[in-house]
Amino acid sequence: MDLQETIKALKLPLNVKNDLFAELSPLQLSDDEIDEILETTKKVYERSRVEPCEAVGTIAAQSIGEPGTQMTMRTFHYAGVADINVTLGLPRLIEIVDARKVPDTPMMTIYLDVESATDRDKALQLAWEIEGTHVSDIADILADTDEMQIYLEFDDRALQQRKVDLDAVVTKLETLQDVDVRVDGSNIVLIPSVKRYRALLQIVEKAKAMVVKGIDDIKRVVVRKEREEYVLYTEGSSLKKVMVLEHIDATRTKTNNINEMAEVFGIEAARNSIIEEAMDTLREQGLTVDVRHIMLVADMMTLDGEVKQIGRHGIAGEKTSVLSRAAFEVTVNHLLDAAIRGETDELVGVTENVIVGQPILLGTGDVRLIARTGRE
Amino acid sequence: MKNLNVLKHEMVPEHTIMSDEEVHELLARYGIELKQLPKVLVTDPACKEISARKDNVIKIKRRSLTADEAISYRLVIDTKMG
Repeated sequence: MDLQETIKALKLPLNVKNDLFAELSPLQLSDDEIDEILETTKKVYERSRVEPCEAVGTIAAQSIGEPGTQMTMRTFHYAGVADINVTLGLPRLIEIVDARKVPDTPMMTIYLDVESATDRDKALQLAWEIEGTHVSDIADILADTDEMQIYLEFDDRALQQRKVDLDAVVTKLETLQDVDVRVDGSNIVLIPSVKRYRALLQIVEKAKAMVVKGIDDIKRVVVRKEREEYVLYTEGSSLKKVMVLEHIDATRTKTNNINEMAEVFGIEAARNSIIEEAMDTLREQGLTVDVRHIMLVADMMTLDGEVKQIGRHGIAGEKTSVLSRAAFEVTVNHLLDAAIRGETDELVGVTENVIVGQPILLGTGDVRLIARTGRE
Repeated sequence: MKNLNVLKHEMVPEHTIMSDEEVHELLARYGIELKQLPKVLVTDPACKEISARKDNVIKIKRRSLTADEAISYRLVIDTKMG
């Protein structure tokens, strides 16, 4: 039979099959020799697989936990060229497994489509389009407490650089309540209808925070050249609003906010995101953890179609065993609630059997021998 | 504004709806019930993209870091698990 066909029919992972084919095809081997190699490969592969009933969760917990003790506790670092602040080290890892709704430092990586990727001007233009421009970025805001008026002095250079149209700013400002907007050359005067000091200051605050251009949540955009193409890094994340823009590469653009990935791209993307973010965090700290452990964590976190945390509000809190849940966190509450509901613990898991002092149902503890008496 | 096809994103693996025979074969192969499969919500963007409905089983061809390719399955559900 054809070598490729023979290999394809084997019950082995794709990469092992590909390796086998790549190694074997240039060699002129007899059918018997090939058979022997394939047999050995299969045997070695099967031996390397995890045993059925192995406590993979416990092993994963220890394999991630031990390197975790070596991670930095409170560090902030900058991604790439000293620019964007991202949480790294242990706080980031905790953030990932806790499935926090919004991470401490949300960040997007925006790639541009093929035609714009190498064009610096287009990249910069897109950056200005995305970066949230507040009124305070382009104007000096002065509150005149004698006249009870607010003067906005616009910086022409900032206006031009950010391509902001003054008319658009006026339209925006007109949405403020109880304020009369007057244009005076390149300046704008805001006249509140209520002549009170408190009201005046409130309007100043509101005007400052107004977004005249770009996306509200995005505080800063950094353009970087990576190999041949320009890539945009953003401080703050708003994937939904970015994905619909022109000239972005919708196949690679992503965020470090796992919940946002789940919302925009679905649970499978969130799973990949968990793996990628956790591995990157560990790698950055110079730690090597086998990806299989992280994959198990990601699989568990995304099992029910939404991102769940590893904790008492997620996986650990959903265990069927009362004792196991109580052993994790807030022991008294769990025992009390279970008592009120009249729950039963079947003692099938590891934790509960350790608690009651029975052999656990794993490894040698999993085998139960029954002696047959009487017959033969 | 443009339409976003989430399936084209590099972090989204290939999703396909399985036929009833395939589902039957799958459950028989592992000796499990339908509800023991991992879940995916109907509202999931990838689910919407392939117009999957409740009780469909989705076959997911993942690009695995350990095996290059790994097949996984998810049952489509309409609400969160209790």
